[in-house]
Amino acid sequence: MRLSWRTARLVERRAQTATARTLVLTVPDWPGHLAGQHVDVRLTADDGYQAVRSYSLAAPPDADRIELGVQTVESGEVSPYLADELPVGADVEVRGPLGNWFVWRPEETRPALLVAGGSGVVPLAAMIRAHGRAGTAGPLTLLYSARTPDDVWYRDDLDGGGERLDVRYVYTRRAPLGSVRPPGRVARADLDQAVARLVKDSPVFVCGPTAFVETVSDALVDLGCSPDAIRTERFG
Amino acid sequence: MTDDLTHMDGNCLAGPLSEILAVEPTAAWWRCPQCGRSGTLAQLHVYGPEPGMTAVCPGCAYIALRLVKEEDHVWLALGSGTSAVRFRTA
Amino acid sequence: MRPVGSLSPGFRGRARTLTDRLPPGQYPTESFPVLSAGPTPHVATDGWTFTVTTETGDSRTWTWQQMMDLPQEDIVQDIHCVTRWSKFDTHWRGVSLDVFLEDVETAATYVKATSYGGYTTNLPLADLRGGKAWIVHGYDGFALSPEHGGPARLLVPHLYLWKSAKWVSGLRLTREDEPGFWESVGYHNYGDPWREQRNWGD
Repeated sequence: MRLSWRTARLVERRAQTATARTLVLTVPDWPGHLAGQHVDVRLTADDGYQAVRSYSLAAPPDADRIELGVQTVESGEVSPYLADELPVGADVEVRGPLGNWFVWRPEETRPALLVAGGSGVVPLAAMIRAHGRAGTAGPLTLLYSARTPDDVWYRDDLDGGGERLDVRYVYTRRAPLGSVRPPGRVARADLDQAVARLVKDSPVFVCGPTAFVETVSDALVDLGCSPDAIRTERFG
Repeated sequence: MTDDLTHMDGNCLAGPLSEILAVEPTAAWWRCPQCGRSGTLAQLHVYGPEPGMTAVCPGCAYIALRLVKEEDHVWLALGSGTSAVRFRTA
Repeated sequence: MRPVGSLSPGFRGRARTLTDRLPPGQYPTESFPVLSAGPTPHVATDGWTFTVTTETGDSRTWTWQQMMDLPQEDIVQDIHCVTRWSKFDTHWRGVSLDVFLEDVETAATYVKATSYGGYTTNLPLADLRGGKAWIVHGYDGFALSPEHGGPARLLVPHLYLWKSAKWVSGLRLTREDEPGFWESVGYHNYGDPWREQRNWGD
């Protein structure tokens, strides 16, 4: 397939949290993509130095518009630039869509479980949005682990998903006032409830930091999920 | 089996491998000759970062492939041996 | 081809300060990034050995205690990683390879360093002699941690850091130069950061 680098123009930037941004780019002749796929973004400095990083696509295809989710990594080389410095109207290069394993397809009729740790919600948000457009797809459950309520991305999409989308938040540092569940990492009890709606061989997508993905995947297997049905994406 | 928790997974090989392979690589099938586990390249554990990435079996850490990026080349070695192929990419 | 400068305006990347201590293409860092080629081996010191094997098959093995009983040095060196970071004035403690190689009779000119976990790297034997290379077990006043190569690693600071094999288990002296784990997949055979020998052919 030998994907070439395409010029992409930043047309919109929205804050998701204090440190997370949605970037909307237009890419002429974008070939479309599947929910869960990612792109590589390449930046070039004046002296020719280049840096490449991978970012998940946060929304299903919309003609030549693509949406990325960028979490600023403290002392990072690329993410602070993309999150706050790249001017709207300026160009970067992108390569993609990439990956054909961590993808949810609209023809999926089985109920599916999505488990997000922090910014791991980005590719899962693309699945949720694609699911919203696909009327016949099976119901989705999202278990979303975030530090505090202020760290939740895509709140409007997640809370407005209707009957076919069940979203459960797990707060690890600070829960909202009146919340029954005390703050803490995703535990077996949280997953136990989340797998209740699944059927045999239901697809499960887990995305987050490596330690989170390992813990959640192991617990899901203990709860009876088939290891072959669990698809993971770790970001180190 | 790993406890250092710094690895990525084979999803991150999609970009670098797309420079040299004609078919989407991360959904490709692979069987571990050491422990017999099979799965897709996306399921491998990947250690790095660039320029040198090592993808290992998630079960037994047997080396599945090494990928080295240079400015104008990508090197690919399958398995743990010293046989590697250099592709010109620019 | 669009001119450089029209893409990602204002992007600079990491500060590439030019000082006479910084090899070309490197940036200075205060942190100590971890690079790996597989899961981190956890090697207990009571089972640790370090073996030097000559081209004729003669070998000599040191246990942890025997290594610790050798003359110890405190070492302060700049280190340079092929991923482009350099770190100044790193403090190590260990034993000069001159001590290990002192009584070894060999006509070999190359070395293959081997590690717990299977990693290998190749160097000219001359680069391990003359006070230029060590087996180190301490970093910054503490025992060397597993992610940085503990309990003991090779330290050859005048070459890129992939030559300083983590979790070192031995040296195999050879007449022929045999590419190691990364050298066989395109890394430079020698790896001098001052000549920016990153890749095969550089």
